[in-house]
Amino acid sequence: MLTVSFAGVVALLILSFVAPTIANRRSASSATYGATLMISAMLFINAALHVASPATDSVLPLGLPWLGAHFHFDSLAAFFLAVTNLGGAAASLYAIGYGRHESMPGRVLPFFPAFLAGMNLVVLAADAFSFLLSWEFMSLSSWGLVVAHHRNSDNVRAGYIYLIMASFGTLCLLLAFGLLAGSSGTYSFDAMRHADVGPLVPLVLVLALLGAGSKAGLVPLHVWLPLAHPAAPSHVSALMSGIMTKIAVYAFVRIAFDLLGPPDWWWGVLVLAIAAGTAVMGVLQALMEHDLKRLLAYHTVENIGIIFIGLGLALAFRANGMAFAAALAFTAALLHVLNHSVFKGLLFFGSGAVLSATGERDMEHLGGLIHRMPQTAFLFLVGAAAISALPPLNGFVSEWLTFQAVLLSPALPQWGLRLLAPTAGAALALAAALAAACFVKAFGITFLGRPRTDRASQARETDGFSRAAMIAFAAICLMLGILPGLAIDWISPATAEIVHGQMPAQRFLAWLTIIPIAQSRSSYNGLLVFLFIAASACFAAAAIHRFASHVVRRAPAWDCGTPGPSPLRQYTASSFAQPIRRVFGSVVFRAAERVRMPPPGDMGAAELTIEMHDVPWEAIYLPLVRCVAFLSDRLNALQFLSIRQYLTLVFFALVILLVVVAIWS
Amino acid sequence: MELMRDLVVQGVEMALVLVLAPLLTGFVRKCRAHFQRRQGASVFQSYRDLARLLRKDVVLAENASWLFRAAPYLIFAGTWVAAALVPTFAIGLKFSWSADLIAIIALLGSARFFLALAGLDVGTSFGGIGSSREVMIASLAEPAMMMTVFTLALIAGSTQLSTIAQAMTFAHVGLRVSLGLAMVALILVAIAENGRIPIDNPSTHLELTMVHEAMVLEYSGRHLAMIELAAQLKLLLYISLIGCVFVPFGLVGPESPAWAYATGVAAYGTKLAIGGALLALFETTTAKMRVFRVPSFLGAALMLGFLGTLLLFVSGSL
Repeated sequence: MLTVSFAGVVALLILSFVAPTIANRRSASSATYGATLMISAMLFINAALHVASPATDSVLPLGLPWLGAHFHFDSLAAFFLAVTNLGGAAASLYAIGYGRHESMPGRVLPFFPAFLAGMNLVVLAADAFSFLLSWEFMSLSSWGLVVAHHRNSDNVRAGYIYLIMASFGTLCLLLAFGLLAGSSGTYSFDAMRHADVGPLVPLVLVLALLGAGSKAGLVPLHVWLPLAHPAAPSHVSALMSGIMTKIAVYAFVRIAFDLLGPPDWWWGVLVLAIAAGTAVMGVLQALMEHDLKRLLAYHTVENIGIIFIGLGLALAFRANGMAFAAALAFTAALLHVLNHSVFKGLLFFGSGAVLSATGERDMEHLGGLIHRMPQTAFLFLVGAAAISALPPLNGFVSEWLTFQAVLLSPALPQWGLRLLAPTAGAALALAAALAAACFVKAFGITFLGRPRTDRASQARETDGFSRAAMIAFAAICLMLGILPGLAIDWISPATAEIVHGQMPAQRFLAWLTIIPIAQSRSSYNGLLVFLFIAASACFAAAAIHRFASHVVRRAPAWDCGTPGPSPLRQYTASSFAQPIRRVFGSVVFRAAERVRMPPPGDMGAAELTIEMHDVPWEAIYLPLVRCVAFLSDRLNALQFLSIRQYLTLVFFALVILLVVVAIWS
Repeated sequence: MELMRDLVVQGVEMALVLVLAPLLTGFVRKCRAHFQRRQGASVFQSYRDLARLLRKDVVLAENASWLFRAAPYLIFAGTWVAAALVPTFAIGLKFSWSADLIAIIALLGSARFFLALAGLDVGTSFGGIGSSREVMIASLAEPAMMMTVFTLALIAGSTQLSTIAQAMTFAHVGLRVSLGLAMVALILVAIAENGRIPIDNPSTHLELTMVHEAMVLEYSGRHLAMIELAAQLKLLLYISLIGCVFVPFGLVGPESPAWAYATGVAAYGTKLAIGGALLALFETTTAKMRVFRVPSFLGAALMLGFLGTLLLFVSGSL
């Protein structure tokens, strides 16, 4: 299985070198994406079938001469590889159609396979050197995709911020691995597992959280994410939001659960606090957004928060030796990793279809697309319902499992955890409710109502390949929602490997119910709920059409007797979110509304201005930028010294360094 | 055979809530009329309204999409399934294990999701105003409800509604601060979710403050009947829920003698009547609040629910 993975990765790398040479041919895009589709599908099957297989290792004579490149294929890696390549395959299928709209395929085609290869390599790597190398490779190839359309100045800015945050993240991971390797300096993961980090454990955990969190989008390290993810072409946005953030989750799990040794209870406190903040902050920012792709990117921040709530609970339970509860929380987190990658991919595909049909990402210029693009609308609706955690779709199952894990937390002995766990549960409930509100907005303003611009009223249904990819993901959303027991069983080897506990096998239960703990405690059956809803809806519709009326007359909208012909009279995205902005905005965004009325007698229009602040950006990043600018201004003086002054400077620098070395030793 | 019997019992249960829901709404209206010194319509008026709506043609706005036509049935089905999962007069329903209390809340959330979308579908300003306010109310009411569920689940050691109801009948649960907080929170949520005064006025029309009525303004005929019936089912669901959790007396267990069913049904009817009468009394004595006062109302519910949960985390016996 490791061999198959290697073959796939090598094929992807070769493809990324071949792609530029054929990029100018007409069929280049279809050929490249067709090839990535086949390779990803092969890698997916290989990984999905081997989640339960015993781990395999391999050392290749690459990388550092005294270390070699270590690779490892265990259950956790297999799970994340399966998620990665499932997303990769769907994105490739989507791109066969979507890529035809690409004006400059030469800027996208070489990086796309490289990006996929990079993500695979990160998961396979089993020593710090190859891990970081693959990590950087993944970051840089995705950066190439973010700035693919670099004539747009917003994209350049997004790329720049992404590059800085990615370097910061890698630096943190580099330091974390350096500490993990200890004084012996062996960089293979096997050696790190046995190395004693001693009193530096907290530092390693914080560095891992910063390094992986900056890639995953934990608040306040999330600032690059809503800029960079939407800037890339839509199939790449789907990969970056759906998959690359999961690679970061993998990195955190690998370090915190696997390499760092047995956890301490306060790790859970740290992770839970950040995760709860991330979930609520992400969804609130998404609610204020009216750019469809940025809204989706902010939702990724929210969902990463939900995943980390599961991970934080798993750490807390594991620290207290509650293997079973840890397994439940960890399963919830992994299931949400899978679920989120699927529905977020679906939603980004849908937004890409809207973008290519109308050229618009701004919801205020859309509307009424359900008439022009009925299939895309339906598929987007499935994704929206799934991410809003509505039964019987898949998003609900993982959130339900997370709630069940929260309800086990009163057994924890530490006060900090016992107060934080219900708070995280409340944050999760709030985030779920707000997410539903946000997707009513996203779907309602984009697809329902009347078209707000000519572009929206002339949209055309998207092509067959794009629809096929969306149909596949929508079907997976439903299948994971009604047959969650199979997915839980599929994940359970990875859980057993990492938290040394397992949920009971679900696949033999009657009606494929999921029962995490005991029948009397909690159970959920998506299949039956789905059947009941479908049956009662069909029954009601059939009975009414048969025995009551079935006539439909069309007439102009009533609107309380005051219909207006202008589509501008509809609610917009920002007016839809206004009540919620009034509830939460004054605290979270320091939002203020000002109405300037003209003086009496003046016939001029009144003016409403809304002022909102991006608090993390203004409180952390802008001061940092100012600090850097100030320092570089001062240091600028060093560029204009005479040769004597430079020599003096060099001399003193040498003296200081020697003194430092002398004191150190 | 076993399965057939279970399905039949579940079917009877579903038919029962369906038949009772309009009666309850009619009863609440009658009580309100009585408190306001009016004669009021008969308690069976709701059935007549529904029957009349069902017979009428649907007048559909010109740019209404398929979603607008499918939504009433989805809303109805979601609410109906949720209502059928709440124990009415007996616990240990045959399919109660298929969804626990969290799933019931989420089912109601699904129904609301489609209702809010339907409000936006025609593209009128009233539909938008209703949907926008509905999701604002829901975004506070749903977490408050979830906190109540946490409290109940921690006391009963289960999120399964039948188990919770059974646990509440045991003496050792007793009177607890957290249960009191949870009950107040749940009642506040129930008032908000059903669009009753002081959050929304179910008998209002053509008012800028309306929420639920604004969303369904474009509906007519059988579609409107479905939505009305779903709203009535939701009211029944919440009163049954409060009844079975906080007043769990008279619930029939799985292995009770036949006569217990008679007392069970009588107890259930009494609970519905008392709940409906109290609701009518409350509605008559309060005034509707401004829309932007609603967040403080629901914020109180959220905080009470959260406080209840925290108390239980701090001490299992509070």
